[in-house]
Amino acid sequence: MNEPDTLGAGLAHSGVSRRSFLKFCTVMASLMALPPGAAQAMAAALSQAKRQSVIWLSFQECTGCVESLTRSFDPTLEQMIFEMISLDYQETLQAAAGEAAESARDEAMKSSYGKYLLIVDGSIPTKDGGVYSTVAGVSNHDRLIDAARGAAAIVAVGTCSSYGGIPHANPNPTGAVSVSDIIKDKPIMNVPGCPPIPSVIAGTLAYFVTYGKLPELDHIGRPKVFYADTIHDRCYRRPFYDQGKFAKTFDDEGARNGWCLYELGCKGPTTYNACATIKWNGGVSYPIESGHGCLGCSEPNFWDKGSFYRPLSTPLADNAHIIAAGTLGGIAAGAVAAGLSRKHQTHIGEEK
Amino acid sequence: MNNLTHINVKVINPLPFQPAGLSGNADAILHEILALLEAFISTGQNGAIDLHSLPLTAADLELLRATLGDGEVSARIHVIGNTEVRETTYPGVWWLTYYSDEGNVVADLLEVTTVPEILKAPAEDVREGLVRLGDLLGATG
Repeated sequence: MNEPDTLGAGLAHSGVSRRSFLKFCTVMASLMALPPGAAQAMAAALSQAKRQSVIWLSFQECTGCVESLTRSFDPTLEQMIFEMISLDYQETLQAAAGEAAESARDEAMKSSYGKYLLIVDGSIPTKDGGVYSTVAGVSNHDRLIDAARGAAAIVAVGTCSSYGGIPHANPNPTGAVSVSDIIKDKPIMNVPGCPPIPSVIAGTLAYFVTYGKLPELDHIGRPKVFYADTIHDRCYRRPFYDQGKFAKTFDDEGARNGWCLYELGCKGPTTYNACATIKWNGGVSYPIESGHGCLGCSEPNFWDKGSFYRPLSTPLADNAHIIAAGTLGGIAAGAVAAGLSRKHQTHIGEEK
Repeated sequence: MNNLTHINVKVINPLPFQPAGLSGNADAILHEILALLEAFISTGQNGAIDLHSLPLTAADLELLRATLGDGEVSARIHVIGNTEVRETTYPGVWWLTYYSDEGNVVADLLEVTTVPEILKAPAEDVREGLVRLGDLLGATG
Protein backbone atom coordinates (compact mmCIF):
# COMPACT_ATOMS: atom_id res chain seq x y z
CA MET A 1 0.00 0.00 0.00
CA ASN A 2 1.26 3.47 -0.88
CA GLU A 3 1.65 5.69 2.15
CA PRO A 4 0.97 9.41 1.53
CA ASP A 5 4.19 11.45 1.24
CA THR A 6 3.74 14.02 3.97
CA LEU A 7 1.98 14.12 7.30
CA GLY A 8 -0.43 16.74 5.97
CA ALA A 9 -1.49 14.55 3.08
CA GLY A 10 -1.61 11.54 5.40
CA LEU A 11 -3.92 13.32 7.83
CA ALA A 12 -6.25 14.39 5.03
CA HIS A 13 -6.19 10.80 3.80
CA SER A 14 -7.41 9.56 7.19
CA GLY A 15 -10.11 12.21 7.37
CA VAL A 16 -8.44 14.54 9.87
CA SER A 17 -9.26 18.14 8.90
CA ARG A 18 -6.49 20.72 8.97
CA ARG A 19 -8.41 22.73 11.54
CA SER A 20 -8.42 19.80 13.95
CA PHE A 21 -4.70 19.39 13.28
CA LEU A 22 -4.13 23.07 14.10
CA LYS A 23 -6.16 22.56 17.26
CA PHE A 24 -3.94 19.61 18.24
CA CYS A 25 -0.86 21.77 17.70
CA THR A 26 -2.38 24.65 19.69
CA VAL A 27 -3.12 22.40 22.65
CA MET A 28 0.31 20.73 22.53
CA ALA A 29 2.12 24.09 22.21
CA SER A 30 0.10 25.42 25.14
CA LEU A 31 0.94 22.36 27.27
CA MET A 32 4.63 22.74 26.53
CA ALA A 33 4.47 26.50 27.21
CA LEU A 34 5.78 27.22 23.73
CA PRO A 35 5.14 30.80 22.62
CA PRO A 36 1.50 31.06 21.47
CA GLY A 37 2.52 31.71 17.85
CA ALA A 38 4.43 28.42 17.79
CA ALA A 39 1.26 26.39 17.13
CA GLN A 40 1.01 27.68 13.56
CA ALA A 41 4.70 27.13 12.90
CA MET A 42 4.35 23.66 14.39
CA ALA A 43 1.34 22.84 12.20
CA ALA A 44 3.15 24.11 9.09
CA ALA A 45 6.32 22.15 9.87
CA LEU A 46 4.44 18.98 10.78
CA SER A 47 2.20 18.99 7.70
CA GLN A 48 5.33 18.99 5.51
CA ALA A 49 7.14 16.39 7.62
CA LYS A 50 7.38 12.72 6.84
CA ARG A 51 5.84 10.23 9.23
CA GLN A 52 8.44 9.51 11.88
CA SER A 53 9.44 5.87 12.09
CA VAL A 54 9.12 4.69 15.70
CA ILE A 55 10.22 1.40 17.20
CA TRP A 56 8.83 0.79 20.68
CA LEU A 57 10.45 -1.88 22.85
CA SER A 58 8.83 -3.09 26.06
CA PHE A 59 11.08 -4.67 28.67
CA GLN A 60 10.44 -5.25 32.42
CA GLU A 61 7.20 -3.29 32.63
CA CYS A 62 3.50 -3.56 33.41
CA THR A 63 2.15 -1.98 30.18
CA GLY A 64 0.77 0.89 32.28
CA CYS A 65 2.69 3.42 30.17
CA VAL A 66 1.10 2.21 26.93
CA GLU A 67 -2.28 2.10 28.66
CA SER A 68 -1.80 5.68 29.79
CA LEU A 69 -1.25 6.89 26.23
CA THR A 70 -3.76 4.72 24.39
CA ARG A 71 -6.62 4.78 26.88
CA SER A 72 -6.48 8.45 27.73
CA PHE A 73 -9.85 10.07 28.27
CA ASP A 74 -9.28 12.31 25.32
CA PRO A 75 -8.35 9.74 22.72
CA THR A 76 -9.01 11.82 19.65
CA LEU A 77 -6.57 14.51 20.73
CA GLU A 78 -3.62 12.66 22.25
CA GLN A 79 -3.98 9.72 19.93
CA MET A 80 -3.50 12.04 16.98
CA ILE A 81 0.18 11.46 17.73
CA PHE A 82 -0.32 8.03 16.14
CA GLU A 83 -1.17 9.81 12.87
CA MET A 84 2.24 11.45 13.00
CA ILE A 85 4.36 8.43 13.58
CA SER A 86 4.77 5.15 11.82
CA LEU A 87 4.75 2.75 14.73
CA ASP A 88 6.80 -0.01 13.17
CA TYR A 89 7.04 -2.28 16.21
CA GLN A 90 5.06 -2.38 19.45
CA GLU A 91 4.35 -5.78 20.92
CA THR A 92 1.09 -4.86 22.64
CA LEU A 93 -0.45 -2.89 19.77
CA GLN A 94 0.76 -4.70 16.67
CA ALA A 95 -1.38 -7.29 14.91
CA ALA A 96 1.58 -9.35 13.73
CA ALA A 97 3.18 -11.94 15.97
CA GLY A 98 6.16 -14.28 16.02
CA GLU A 99 8.54 -14.33 13.05
CA ALA A 100 6.44 -11.80 11.09
CA ALA A 101 6.64 -9.22 13.87
CA GLU A 102 10.35 -9.75 14.46
CA SER A 103 11.17 -9.41 10.79
CA ALA A 104 8.99 -6.28 10.47
CA ARG A 105 11.09 -4.69 13.22
CA ASP A 106 14.36 -5.75 11.60
CA GLU A 107 13.15 -4.39 8.26
CA ALA A 108 12.20 -1.02 9.80
CA MET A 109 15.52 -0.83 11.63
CA LYS A 110 17.35 -1.41 8.36
CA SER A 111 15.33 0.93 6.12
CA SER A 112 15.24 3.81 8.65
CA TYR A 113 18.75 3.22 10.00
CA GLY A 114 20.01 6.33 11.78
CA LYS A 115 16.58 8.00 11.59
CA TYR A 116 14.11 6.06 13.68
CA LEU A 117 13.04 7.06 17.16
CA LEU A 118 13.45 4.29 19.72
CA ILE A 119 10.93 4.30 22.56
CA VAL A 120 11.58 2.05 25.54
CA ASP A 121 9.31 1.27 28.45
CA GLY A 122 10.43 -1.03 31.24
CA SER A 123 13.79 -1.54 32.91
CA ILE A 124 16.51 -3.88 31.72
CA PRO A 125 17.59 -6.83 33.90
CA THR A 126 21.33 -7.39 33.88
CA LYS A 127 21.84 -10.09 36.51
CA ASP A 128 22.70 -13.65 35.44
CA GLY A 129 23.25 -12.63 31.84
CA GLY A 130 19.92 -10.84 31.58
CA VAL A 131 17.88 -14.07 31.59
CA TYR A 132 15.02 -12.57 33.61
CA SER A 133 13.38 -10.95 30.62
CA THR A 134 13.78 -12.18 27.08
CA VAL A 135 11.76 -11.84 23.89
CA ALA A 136 12.18 -14.45 21.15
CA GLY A 137 15.19 -15.81 23.02
CA VAL A 138 17.02 -12.47 23.03
CA SER A 139 17.66 -10.72 26.33
CA ASN A 140 16.32 -7.19 26.81
CA HIS A 141 19.91 -6.02 27.22
CA ASP A 142 21.04 -7.37 23.85
CA ARG A 143 17.87 -6.19 22.09
CA LEU A 144 18.37 -2.66 23.43
CA ILE A 145 22.01 -2.52 22.33
CA ASP A 146 21.02 -3.76 18.88
CA ALA A 147 18.07 -1.36 18.44
CA ALA A 148 19.91 1.65 19.89
CA ARG A 149 22.64 1.41 17.27
CA GLY A 150 20.50 2.82 14.44
CA ALA A 151 18.31 5.15 16.53
CA ALA A 152 18.35 8.92 16.00
CA ALA A 153 17.33 9.32 19.62
CA ILE A 154 15.87 7.27 22.45
CA VAL A 155 12.85 8.14 24.57
CA ALA A 156 12.58 6.28 27.87
CA VAL A 157 8.87 6.31 28.68
CA GLY A 158 8.03 5.71 32.32
CA THR A 159 10.08 5.57 35.51
CA CYS A 160 11.32 1.99 34.88
CA SER A 161 13.16 2.75 31.64
CA SER A 162 14.15 6.22 32.92
CA TYR A 163 15.56 5.27 36.31
CA GLY A 164 14.95 1.55 36.89
CA GLY A 165 11.58 2.08 38.58
CA ILE A 166 9.89 -0.65 40.57
CA PRO A 167 11.99 -3.58 39.22
CA HIS A 168 15.04 -1.63 40.42
CA ALA A 169 13.57 -1.29 43.94
CA ASN A 170 15.45 -2.90 46.80
CA PRO A 171 16.53 -5.76 46.72
CA ASN A 172 16.44 -5.52 42.90
CA PRO A 173 16.49 -9.30 42.33
CA THR A 174 16.98 -9.04 38.55
CA GLY A 175 19.70 -6.38 38.58
CA ALA A 176 17.33 -3.99 36.75
CA VAL A 177 18.81 -0.78 35.34
CA SER A 178 17.63 2.14 33.20
CA VAL A 179 18.26 2.75 29.50
CA SER A 180 20.81 5.48 30.24
CA ASP A 181 22.75 3.07 32.46
CA ILE A 182 23.45 0.99 29.36
CA ILE A 183 23.41 3.34 26.37
CA LYS A 184 25.94 6.17 26.56
CA ASP A 185 26.37 7.35 22.97
CA LYS A 186 22.84 8.45 21.95
CA PRO A 187 20.61 11.37 22.92
CA ILE A 188 18.24 9.98 25.56
CA MET A 189 15.15 11.69 26.93
CA ASN A 190 13.53 10.40 30.11
CA VAL A 191 9.76 10.81 30.38
CA PRO A 192 9.25 9.41 33.88
CA GLY A 193 6.04 8.80 35.77
CA CYS A 194 4.26 5.66 36.88
CA PRO A 195 2.76 6.08 34.36
CA PRO A 196 3.62 9.38 32.65
CA ILE A 197 0.77 11.79 31.85
CA PRO A 198 -0.56 10.93 28.35
CA SER A 199 -0.28 14.53 27.10
CA VAL A 200 3.33 14.59 28.24
CA ILE A 201 4.12 11.48 26.17
CA ALA A 202 2.23 12.87 23.16
CA GLY A 203 3.71 16.36 23.57
CA THR A 204 7.33 15.24 23.72
CA LEU A 205 6.83 12.97 20.69
CA ALA A 206 5.15 15.83 18.77
CA TYR A 207 8.12 18.02 19.66
CA PHE A 208 10.58 15.50 18.22
CA VAL A 209 8.57 15.06 15.02
CA THR A 210 8.29 18.85 14.61
CA TYR A 211 11.84 19.93 15.36
CA GLY A 212 13.73 16.71 14.57
CA LYS A 213 15.46 16.79 17.95
CA LEU A 214 14.72 16.33 21.62
CA PRO A 215 13.58 19.32 23.70
CA GLU A 216 15.89 20.80 26.32
CA LEU A 217 16.50 18.35 29.18
CA ASP A 218 17.22 18.82 32.88
CA HIS A 219 20.10 17.25 34.82
CA ILE A 220 18.44 13.82 34.89
CA GLY A 221 17.31 13.81 31.28
CA ARG A 222 13.73 15.06 31.63
CA PRO A 223 12.19 17.57 29.19
CA LYS A 224 12.12 20.90 31.03
CA VAL A 225 8.89 21.91 29.32
CA PHE A 226 7.03 19.42 31.51
CA TYR A 227 9.32 18.72 34.45
CA ALA A 228 10.66 22.15 35.43
CA ASP A 229 8.44 22.75 38.45
CA THR A 230 7.65 20.63 41.47
CA ILE A 231 4.12 19.44 42.21
CA HIS A 232 4.34 21.62 45.34
CA ASP A 233 5.27 24.75 43.33
CA ARG A 234 2.10 24.49 41.25
CA CYS A 235 -0.21 22.87 43.84
CA TYR A 236 -3.53 24.57 44.53
CA ARG A 237 -3.06 23.62 48.22
CA ARG A 238 0.23 25.55 48.37
CA PRO A 239 -1.34 28.57 50.16
CA PHE A 240 -2.23 26.29 53.09
CA TYR A 241 1.38 25.14 53.33
CA ASP A 242 2.47 28.77 53.38
CA GLN A 243 0.04 29.47 56.21
CA GLY A 244 1.10 26.41 58.16
CA LYS A 245 -2.29 24.69 57.80
CA PHE A 246 -1.78 20.93 57.59
CA ALA A 247 -3.98 17.84 57.64
CA LYS A 248 -2.63 15.56 60.40
CA THR A 249 -4.72 12.49 59.58
CA PHE A 250 -6.83 11.52 56.58
CA ASP A 251 -10.09 12.25 58.41
CA ASP A 252 -9.42 15.30 60.55
CA GLU A 253 -10.69 18.84 60.09
CA GLY A 254 -7.64 19.79 58.05
CA ALA A 255 -8.23 16.93 55.62
CA ARG A 256 -11.89 17.91 55.25
CA ASN A 257 -10.90 21.53 54.61
CA GLY A 258 -8.42 20.49 51.94
CA TRP A 259 -5.31 21.67 53.78
CA CYS A 260 -1.76 20.79 52.82
CA LEU A 261 -0.86 17.04 52.94
CA TYR A 262 2.83 17.63 53.73
CA GLU A 263 2.63 16.06 57.19
CA LEU A 264 0.88 13.01 55.74
CA GLY A 265 3.93 12.28 53.63
CA CYS A 266 3.15 14.16 50.40
CA LYS A 267 6.24 14.08 48.15
CA GLY A 268 5.06 17.07 46.10
CA PRO A 269 7.92 19.35 47.24
CA THR A 270 10.61 17.03 45.84
CA THR A 271 8.74 15.73 42.79
CA TYR A 272 9.15 17.33 39.38
CA ASN A 273 6.15 16.62 37.16
CA ALA A 274 3.17 18.34 35.52
CA CYS A 275 0.32 16.63 37.43
CA ALA A 276 -0.71 19.84 39.24
CA THR A 277 -1.22 21.74 35.98
CA ILE A 278 -2.18 19.18 33.32
CA LYS A 279 -3.85 16.78 35.78
CA TRP A 280 -5.22 13.31 35.02
CA ASN A 281 -8.22 11.65 33.38
CA GLY A 282 -8.80 14.42 30.92
CA GLY A 283 -8.02 17.19 33.40
CA VAL A 284 -10.38 15.93 36.13
CA SER A 285 -7.97 16.00 39.07
CA TYR A 286 -4.67 14.72 40.41
CA PRO A 287 -3.86 12.67 43.53
CA ILE A 288 -3.60 15.63 45.93
CA GLU A 289 -6.93 16.95 44.65
CA SER A 290 -8.41 13.56 45.55
CA GLY A 291 -7.06 13.87 49.11
CA HIS A 292 -3.89 11.76 48.93
CA GLY A 293 -0.31 12.96 48.97
CA CYS A 294 1.95 12.69 45.94
CA LEU A 295 4.01 9.44 45.89
CA GLY A 296 6.79 11.03 43.85
CA CYS A 297 6.45 8.37 41.12
CA SER A 298 8.42 10.34 38.52
CA GLU A 299 11.54 10.57 40.69
CA PRO A 300 14.44 8.08 40.74
CA ASN A 301 14.17 5.44 43.50
CA PHE A 302 10.71 6.62 44.56
CA TRP A 303 9.90 3.16 45.87
CA ASP A 304 12.86 3.11 48.27
CA LYS A 305 12.53 6.47 49.98
CA GLY A 306 10.84 5.18 53.12
CA SER A 307 7.11 5.22 53.75
CA PHE A 308 4.78 7.09 51.41
CA TYR A 309 3.20 8.42 54.62
CA ARG A 310 6.29 9.72 56.38
CA PRO A 311 6.74 13.49 56.07
CA LEU A 312 9.67 14.68 53.99
CA SER A 313 12.69 15.76 55.95
CA THR A 314 14.11 17.72 53.03
CA PRO A 315 14.26 21.46 53.69
CA LEU A 316 12.28 23.39 51.12
CA ALA A 317 14.33 26.04 49.42
CA ASP A 318 13.07 26.33 45.81
CA ASN A 319 11.78 29.70 44.78
CA ALA A 320 9.92 30.76 47.93
CA HIS A 321 12.13 33.82 48.39
CA ILE A 322 11.43 34.99 44.84
CA ILE A 323 7.69 34.85 45.39
CA ALA A 324 8.11 36.55 48.77
CA ALA A 325 9.94 39.42 47.07
CA GLY A 326 7.06 39.69 44.61
CA THR A 327 4.52 40.36 47.35
CA LEU A 328 5.91 43.88 47.72
CA GLY A 329 3.40 45.08 45.13
CA GLY A 330 0.28 43.52 43.66
CA ILE A 331 1.16 43.89 40.00
CA ALA A 332 4.79 43.06 40.64
CA ALA A 333 3.67 39.80 42.24
CA GLY A 334 1.58 39.01 39.19
CA ALA A 335 4.46 39.82 36.88
CA VAL A 336 6.80 37.58 38.87
CA ALA A 337 4.34 34.69 38.87
CA ALA A 338 3.77 35.13 35.15
CA GLY A 339 7.50 35.37 34.64
CA LEU A 340 8.07 32.15 36.55
CA SER A 341 5.56 30.25 34.48
CA ARG A 342 7.10 31.56 31.28
CA LYS A 343 10.71 31.16 32.21
CA HIS A 344 11.22 28.38 29.69
CA GLN A 345 9.57 30.02 26.73
CA THR A 346 12.36 32.23 25.48
CA HIS A 347 14.84 29.70 24.16
CA ILE A 348 12.13 27.34 22.94
CA GLY A 349 10.72 30.11 20.79
CA GLU A 350 14.02 30.31 18.94
CA GLU A 351 13.78 26.70 17.81
CA LYS A 352 12.30 26.80 14.38
CA MET B 1 22.71 36.35 62.16
CA ASN B 2 25.32 37.47 59.64
CA ASN B 3 23.78 36.53 56.35
CA LEU B 4 20.59 37.29 54.43
CA THR B 5 19.79 33.58 54.24
CA HIS B 6 19.54 33.49 58.04
CA ILE B 7 16.49 35.70 57.93
CA ASN B 8 13.52 33.41 58.31
CA VAL B 9 11.21 34.36 55.43
CA LYS B 10 7.59 33.38 56.00
CA VAL B 11 5.94 33.26 52.61
CA ILE B 12 2.30 34.10 52.24
CA ASN B 13 1.10 33.19 48.78
CA PRO B 14 -0.70 36.28 47.50
CA LEU B 15 -3.02 34.56 45.04
CA PRO B 16 -6.23 33.65 46.88
CA PHE B 17 -6.00 36.27 49.62
CA GLN B 18 -5.74 39.61 47.87
CA PRO B 19 -8.69 41.94 48.21
CA ALA B 20 -11.55 40.61 46.08
CA GLY B 21 -9.41 37.57 45.18
CA LEU B 22 -7.35 39.40 42.56
CA SER B 23 -3.74 38.36 42.01
CA GLY B 24 -2.79 41.33 39.86
CA ASN B 25 -2.34 39.08 36.84
CA ALA B 26 -5.55 40.19 35.10
CA ASP B 27 -4.29 43.77 35.21
CA ALA B 28 -0.91 42.68 33.84
CA ILE B 29 -2.64 40.80 30.99
CA LEU B 30 -4.80 43.82 30.09
CA HIS B 31 -1.66 45.95 29.83
CA GLU B 32 -0.03 43.26 27.69
CA ILE B 33 -3.04 43.36 25.33
CA LEU B 34 -2.60 47.11 25.08
CA ALA B 35 1.03 46.62 24.04
CA LEU B 36 0.09 43.86 21.57
CA LEU B 37 -2.58 46.10 19.98
CA GLU B 38 -0.08 48.94 19.57
CA ALA B 39 2.40 46.53 17.96
CA PHE B 40 -0.31 45.11 15.68
CA ILE B 41 -1.33 48.57 14.47
CA SER B 42 2.19 49.84 13.90
CA THR B 43 3.85 46.72 12.47
CA GLY B 44 1.05 44.27 11.62
CA GLN B 45 2.57 41.73 14.02
CA ASN B 46 -0.01 39.26 15.34
CA GLY B 47 0.04 38.63 19.07
CA ALA B 48 -1.23 36.00 21.47
CA ILE B 49 -1.36 35.36 25.20
CA ASP B 50 -1.67 31.81 26.46
CA LEU B 51 -3.84 31.88 29.59
CA HIS B 52 -3.26 28.18 30.31
CA SER B 53 -0.09 28.41 32.39
CA LEU B 54 -0.75 31.78 34.02
CA PRO B 55 -1.86 31.65 37.64
CA LEU B 56 -5.31 33.22 37.43
CA THR B 57 -7.94 33.20 40.15
CA ALA B 58 -11.65 33.05 39.39
CA ALA B 59 -11.82 36.77 40.19
CA ASP B 60 -8.97 37.46 37.73
CA LEU B 61 -10.83 35.66 34.94
CA GLU B 62 -14.04 37.49 35.85
CA LEU B 63 -12.22 40.84 35.66
CA LEU B 64 -10.76 39.89 32.26
CA ARG B 65 -14.17 38.84 30.92
CA ALA B 66 -15.91 41.90 32.27
CA THR B 67 -13.27 44.29 30.95
CA LEU B 68 -12.93 42.74 27.50
CA GLY B 69 -16.65 41.99 27.09
CA ASP B 70 -18.37 40.45 24.07
CA GLY B 71 -17.91 42.06 20.67
CA GLU B 72 -19.67 41.66 17.33
CA VAL B 73 -18.42 38.23 16.31
CA SER B 74 -18.69 34.85 17.93
CA ALA B 75 -18.15 31.50 16.27
CA ARG B 76 -18.07 27.85 17.19
CA ILE B 77 -15.78 25.36 15.50
CA HIS B 78 -16.63 21.67 15.73
CA VAL B 79 -13.36 19.75 15.52
CA ILE B 80 -12.45 17.21 18.22
CA GLY B 81 -14.81 18.94 20.63
CA ASN B 82 -15.83 22.56 20.44
CA THR B 83 -13.72 25.62 19.98
CA GLU B 84 -15.25 28.97 20.87
CA VAL B 85 -13.99 32.04 19.09
CA ARG B 86 -15.24 35.38 20.41
CA GLU B 87 -14.22 38.84 19.42
CA THR B 88 -14.13 41.15 22.42
CA THR B 89 -15.48 44.70 22.45
CA TYR B 90 -12.00 45.71 21.32
CA PRO B 91 -11.88 44.86 17.60
CA GLY B 92 -8.97 42.61 16.76
CA VAL B 93 -8.78 41.20 20.28
CA TRP B 94 -10.13 37.63 20.24
CA TRP B 95 -10.72 35.13 23.02
CA LEU B 96 -10.34 31.51 21.90
CA THR B 97 -11.34 28.66 24.18
CA TYR B 98 -10.59 25.11 23.05
CA TYR B 99 -12.61 22.26 24.56
CA SER B 100 -11.97 18.52 24.45
CA ASP B 101 -14.63 16.02 23.38
CA GLU B 102 -15.66 15.77 27.04
CA GLY B 103 -16.07 19.51 27.38
CA ASN B 104 -12.93 20.27 29.39
CA VAL B 105 -10.94 23.38 28.52
CA VAL B 106 -7.71 22.18 26.89
CA ALA B 107 -6.36 25.56 25.75
CA ASP B 108 -7.37 29.16 26.40
CA LEU B 109 -5.81 31.98 24.40
CA LEU B 110 -6.20 35.67 23.73
CA GLU B 111 -5.21 36.61 20.17
CA VAL B 112 -4.58 40.00 18.64
CA THR B 113 -5.14 39.67 14.89
CA THR B 114 -7.63 40.48 12.10
CA VAL B 115 -9.02 36.95 11.93
CA PRO B 116 -7.76 34.02 14.05
CA GLU B 117 -6.05 31.39 11.91
CA ILE B 118 -8.35 28.57 12.99
CA LEU B 119 -11.38 30.43 11.57
CA LYS B 120 -9.92 30.68 8.07
CA ALA B 121 -10.60 27.88 5.60
CA PRO B 122 -7.23 26.15 5.01
CA ALA B 123 -6.16 26.43 1.34
CA GLU B 124 -5.60 22.68 0.96
CA ASP B 125 -9.05 21.93 2.38
CA VAL B 126 -10.57 24.41 -0.10
CA ARG B 127 -8.82 22.63 -2.99
CA GLU B 128 -10.05 19.25 -1.78
CA GLY B 129 -13.57 20.67 -1.43
CA LEU B 130 -13.45 21.81 -5.04
CA VAL B 131 -12.54 18.29 -6.13
CA ARG B 132 -15.37 16.79 -4.08
CA LEU B 133 -17.97 19.21 -5.39
CA GLY B 134 -16.71 18.72 -8.93
CA ASP B 135 -17.00 14.94 -8.53
CA LEU B 136 -20.52 15.28 -7.17
CA LEU B 137 -21.71 17.50 -10.04
CA GLY B 138 -19.90 15.34 -12.58
CA ALA B 139 -21.56 12.24 -11.16
CA THR B 140 -25.09 13.63 -11.15
CA GLY B 141 -24.85 16.01 -14.11
